[in-house]
Amino acid sequence: MWEFIFRVLGRDNSNSRKHAKERLRLVLVHDRASISPYLMNRLKEDLIEVISNYMIVDEDEMELHLNQNDREVTLVANIPIKQIRRDYMERSQISS
Amino acid sequence: MGDTIVVTSGKGGVGKTTTTANLGTALAFAGFRVVLVDTDIGLRNLDVVMGLENRIVYDIVDVTSGNCRLKQALIKDKRFDSLYLLPAAQTKDKTSVSPEEMRYLCEDLKEDFDYVLIDCPAGIEQGFYNAIAGANKAIVVTTPEVSAVRDADRIIGLLESAELRNPTLIINRIRPRMVKHGDMMDIDDIVDILAIDLIGVIPEDEKIIVSTNKGEPAVMDSLSQAGEAYRRIARRIKGEEVPLMNLDVPNSIMDKLKNLVGMY
Repeated sequence: MWEFIFRVLGRDNSNSRKHAKERLRLVLVHDRASISPYLMNRLKEDLIEVISNYMIVDEDEMELHLNQNDREVTLVANIPIKQIRRDYMERSQISS
Repeated sequence: MGDTIVVTSGKGGVGKTTTTANLGTALAFAGFRVVLVDTDIGLRNLDVVMGLENRIVYDIVDVTSGNCRLKQALIKDKRFDSLYLLPAAQTKDKTSVSPEEMRYLCEDLKEDFDYVLIDCPAGIEQGFYNAIAGANKAIVVTTPEVSAVRDADRIIGLLESAELRNPTLIINRIRPRMVKHGDMMDIDDIVDILAIDLIGVIPEDEKIIVSTNKGEPAVMDSLSQAGEAYRRIARRIKGEEVPLMNLDVPNSIMDKLKNLVGMY
């Protein structure tokens, strides 16, 4: 009985707007994640540059890739460290 | 020197041609010298929407390949002396024009016109790259549907990588009643997702079909809601600050009943 009245009054909780927005958000996360190898390389170089301020990394063994599943896309970086810089405190003070 | 604005969308059928025709007409009505360029070679339609299909002698490919001079191919509008159309070729394909040729063409047109509006074909193939080649601004048209917004997102990315920064957004065919009932994405949802500046919202309007039937852009119809929305966008293009149209719908009997029962 109530179900009938709800339906007549249009209180259908489907709310397709929220549905649309959520589906769109997920689709775009995937669309936008198709980063070209060129951009990926740029990102890698930038990361190395920043991290080098603090530690010496093994550039050849460094791995960088995007992981996708149904819910999200994550950036996974595996960066072997050769050595931590002893002088990073001093370096950051000089630059600041 | 005028502005060259490309009207694009990615997805087909969201209203690029209608938008180009209406914005061009509204700008000409405001006294500007305007030329509309149809770059949808092989599937031209801007001529029909403008009601100028019977006046075509030469087309854009005739101009770029040197068969005629630019002035010969420009068709003067029926209503406004300052409005012209450069039609697309119907029997050729998108590769008949190159981005290089489009750049030269737009440079020439900018000398004589305040606004060069380019109607872009659907898709992201060469037709798209031709259409944006000579543009210095871009308007992205979308509708409140997942597929159209998704394509708009892709197009915005392509525009940015082609150095056409800060495109503006038109949301077309919004149905205020459906938005109110939570059955259509609203303006904020779409702007939120696409993250570019909104230049206008066009409500769904049956008068658009009538105006297309007649070949008279809806901006000429003072009673058309979509026409009013396009007139406002034209003023924003000129640099005016114009508020968005009020698209609130009056409460229906059903809504009132729902309020009464406390089920809102």
